[in-house]
Amino acid sequence: MSEKEIDSVTNVETTGHEWDGIKELNNPLPRWWLWVFYACIVYAIGYCIYYPAIPLIEGATQGLAGYSSRTELHQEMATIEAGRTEMLERIRQADVAEIQADPELTRFATAGGASAFKVYCSQCHGSGAQGASGYPNLNDDDWLWGGSIEQIAQTIRHGVRYEEDGDTRYSEMPAFGRDQLLPRADILAAAHYVRALSGLEHDQGAMDEGARVFAENCAACHGENGHGNKELGAPNLADALWLYGDTHQDIVSQINNPKHGVMPAWGDRLGDALVKQLAVYVHGLGGGE
Amino acid sequence: MTTVDHNGTAGSGLEQFDVQPVNRRDQQQPLYAPRKKIHPKRAEGAFRRFKWLVMLITLGVYYATPWIRWDRGEFAPDQAVLIDLYHRRFYFFWIEIWPQEFYYVAGLLLMAALGLFLVTSSVGRAWCGYTCPQTVWVDLFLVVERFVEGDRNKRIRLDKASMSASKAAKRVSKHTIWLLIAVATGGAWIFYFADAPTLLMEVLSGTAPSVAYGTIAVLTFTTYALGGLMREQVCTYMCPWPRIQAAMLDEHSLTVTYNAWRGEPRSRHQKQQQAAGVPAGDCVDCNACVAVCPMGIDIRDGQQLECITCALCIDACDGVMTKLGKPTGLISYSTFAAHDHNMKLAQRADGTIDPGRVHTPEGGIAPEVRHTTLRSILRPRTMIYFVIWSLIGVAMLVMLTTRGRLEMNVLHDRNPVSVTLSDGRVRNGYTVKILNMMPERRTVLLTIEDFPDGAMIMPLEKDDPRQAIFLDVDPDSLRAQRIFVIAEPGGLENQQTHFRFRVRDSAGSERAEYEAIFDNGGSR
Repeated sequence: MSEKEIDSVTNVETTGHEWDGIKELNNPLPRWWLWVFYACIVYAIGYCIYYPAIPLIEGATQGLAGYSSRTELHQEMATIEAGRTEMLERIRQADVAEIQADPELTRFATAGGASAFKVYCSQCHGSGAQGASGYPNLNDDDWLWGGSIEQIAQTIRHGVRYEEDGDTRYSEMPAFGRDQLLPRADILAAAHYVRALSGLEHDQGAMDEGARVFAENCAACHGENGHGNKELGAPNLADALWLYGDTHQDIVSQINNPKHGVMPAWGDRLGDALVKQLAVYVHGLGGGE
Repeated sequence: MTTVDHNGTAGSGLEQFDVQPVNRRDQQQPLYAPRKKIHPKRAEGAFRRFKWLVMLITLGVYYATPWIRWDRGEFAPDQAVLIDLYHRRFYFFWIEIWPQEFYYVAGLLLMAALGLFLVTSSVGRAWCGYTCPQTVWVDLFLVVERFVEGDRNKRIRLDKASMSASKAAKRVSKHTIWLLIAVATGGAWIFYFADAPTLLMEVLSGTAPSVAYGTIAVLTFTTYALGGLMREQVCTYMCPWPRIQAAMLDEHSLTVTYNAWRGEPRSRHQKQQQAAGVPAGDCVDCNACVAVCPMGIDIRDGQQLECITCALCIDACDGVMTKLGKPTGLISYSTFAAHDHNMKLAQRADGTIDPGRVHTPEGGIAPEVRHTTLRSILRPRTMIYFVIWSLIGVAMLVMLTTRGRLEMNVLHDRNPVSVTLSDGRVRNGYTVKILNMMPERRTVLLTIEDFPDGAMIMPLEKDDPRQAIFLDVDPDSLRAQRIFVIAEPGGLENQQTHFRFRVRDSAGSERAEYEAIFDNGGSR
């Protein structure tokens, strides 16, 4: 045992620790500090008994309080849901036009629709609803099946070419090439004519032939001037927006063997209130009619 | 107990106190020893009167401020000083601060820090001695204690006495009054955060928010504990301020000083000593300065960390000097520099003090003694602090008076950045946030500048693009408006077009602008 060393200036015992000639005094802890420390120990023991704390091989001690963070989360989620019921009920009662007329409901529906869109729609339409080749951009003013809020709600509810839903939007363009309904020369000419409709570069020599082929085969659905028909989901061929591309080759390919987009019917899966919220959100993106 | 005892009287009828300064260096106890209670005697004099005045003003400001009304029209609260946390507004008479203007508060903090430098370097620890809430509330609690239990001697006797009905009654009434003051202190605090009359009614009827009661409870506890029970320990053990302030004192800072050069050698038996030819200083060692000290120190030991410069010892000593017919100022506000100068005058070659050197034969103070003058306050260091402090203050005032009350922020949609419409035009979406910081409804004109090819429409609007849109903005609020800008891509030379949104008060001249970018949509 070493001698106790007493610091000459303060008359306090040192701990014997020394750094560059500076020695540590062995002053006691302040009493208030010590009592707080003891209180912390008591608190910690109480905490371990009251709350789940000690890890076991499977799980952990449950604690007297029966607390679990999972239960707490469920309770908080239930509280949030309960807080929303009134607004959701109002949305259920109203039709989409009425929702849009009410700023408070619109705000609620837009927020709800935006978050649901990210979960259910963004996989195809993109997180900003900007679409992709084959998947319509929902920000613009070009709507295959109609851009009024009722029409949008109808499309979301019953889907497009979704055979499990009897009310789904349905149309099918004949495969003019694959099924040999038109000779290849006619298809090429028609494609030039379609490009001409939107003011794109085209073969002037193919116009007469193209116009004839168009009038005989295409105008029934796409309209005499190619402006499309929303009843049939027939796209407007005279605008600047092309779902499957605007090159001559893209158009030939689409006439030859058309691609048809399919969208599921969401009405049964998401329920009426959420479909309406989605419709309000999509309609509000900027292109709604 | 060494602090307490009977009081003797000197020949002149002067009260002498047998009192030990409990916080004197060589008396300090180990940290585990219980605190020795201090029983400050009531002081009387100029500084005590000044302190009463300061107490009156500071407490008055604290309690009355939330009740001052200030008419701001129907759309803003009429409370002159209000920290509206819920709506994130701070009102100070004619000034209204929004969260993004919080740098004004940062400026105030800067001024407070420099003000501390300024005050400390010129008049020492004046903050501690006069205006610190701890000092003011301890003073207030001491008034109560004195009122209920009597002055120093009575309180010492009461402490020593065994418990009796009258002692219990005194203790109960003292603590009750203390608690009432504490409740009122905490109670006043909450009124800064909500409409005072409404909140008072709510508090009294039990319908106030729980945070209000919680705040009152916490502040009641801290006021009672810090002001009533802990007192000087707060300053010596808890508060960092004495350390900071002590570091800022220099030899020209005013501090409460025992002028040892004229007081020493102190003696209780002046006449006998003088008759015996032994020199005696002005200090009669009556300990009056120790008896009044709320910090439990003896100022005659020199500068100490505990001293809050409350100057009550000056009052006590001046009273004694006056009674004895000696010049006052044995304890005074002085500087280290003056004290050193005078000490050199008084000291003989061997270092002992000869009172004759600094006194006139009649007992007055010799003319070559240096006194505290205005020069100790007006010196380069304090002037520099003052100039910097004023510059910040003036800069803030200028900013405050010229700041805009109409502001705009614009967020450009990122996903998608641009949208091509069926007729080939390109559309960009923006969220235009217009801040109307006035408590009145305003109609503003939103325009786009430097963009002749562009035009705006609002969501769900008929396609009617235009360069100017009138918008109503609610009083004292932010309007976030979706705006679409549409342009012919043919007219755009570059991928991006730089332009400006401008918003202008349709009734006034105030305007705000925001630089924005229109994206052409690239090759699509």
